[in-house]
Amino acid sequence: MAAIQPRVSVEHVDGATVVAFTDEKILEDTDVRALRESIEAVIEKADRLHLVLDFRHVRFLSSAVLGLLIRVRKRVDERGGQLRLCNIHPGIHEVFRITRLTNIFDICESVDIATQSFSDHR
Amino acid sequence: MGPLWCVKSVDGKVFYMASEAPIQGSTVVESKPSAISLPCRQILSAMEEKGFSKDDVFAVHLAVEEAFVNAVKHGNKMDPHKTVTIDYTIDAEKVEIDIQDQGGGFNPQSIPDPRVGENLYRPEGRGLLLMSAYMHIFEYNERGNGVHMVRYKDRPIVGHGDAVAG
Repeated sequence: MAAIQPRVSVEHVDGATVVAFTDEKILEDTDVRALRESIEAVIEKADRLHLVLDFRHVRFLSSAVLGLLIRVRKRVDERGGQLRLCNIHPGIHEVFRITRLTNIFDICESVDIATQSFSDHR
Repeated sequence: MGPLWCVKSVDGKVFYMASEAPIQGSTVVESKPSAISLPCRQILSAMEEKGFSKDDVFAVHLAVEEAFVNAVKHGNKMDPHKTVTIDYTIDAEKVEIDIQDQGGGFNPQSIPDPRVGENLYRPEGRGLLLMSAYMHIFEYNERGNGVHMVRYKDRPIVGHGDAVAG
């Protein structure tokens, strides 16, 4: 099967770890599993976990990705970290609104706003 | 994709018909999530050809993906001997899609509302909510192994998922 492996890019901005999804569409289970492994590896490595997930490239996602985000949130909580989502396209934001996940995720407009928003930002 | 004009021969006469003729398709695919890729592309291309907006295309794309994943995982339980049938009709006003699996069916009322209480923290169970939020008509057959969905062109959906009960 010629599945395209989803990719993430990781960079450190102002003390936070910023993980950007680089695929425009995140659909299949294999994609979601690969993403989960990539993000969990980042979570395990970080000492002071300020994690920003950057959706700037994402134009489509399925409910499986929402499940992934909930698992990531749980893992970040377990490690005493903080999580922000940012740069969410309006169409995707509507998916968060419909599912009321806007109630449990901190969603910021940009990476900068996200990194500045951590409670112990320094 | 697809012809802008189609030609029909009746009693030896040839008629040229404008693209208002509906685009229809019916396909039977394997029980694996990636099998929806081609039929989904055909549906979305037909929608673009018929002048549907990006919002409409996004909505139908999401509903088709969610319905198909449900059919494969929960309906056919990934059984490679079972198939999923996808039928669609797209005209200038609406998209109509039927997706049917070969499983025993389920009762959609038995799925809890993923937006309330602890359900909000569960990683699964949002597919039905999204399909009903993005489609004007969304209904399962009596057995619960086939879903019928309709989305009308450029017509806002009142409530957009707020009416879904668990």
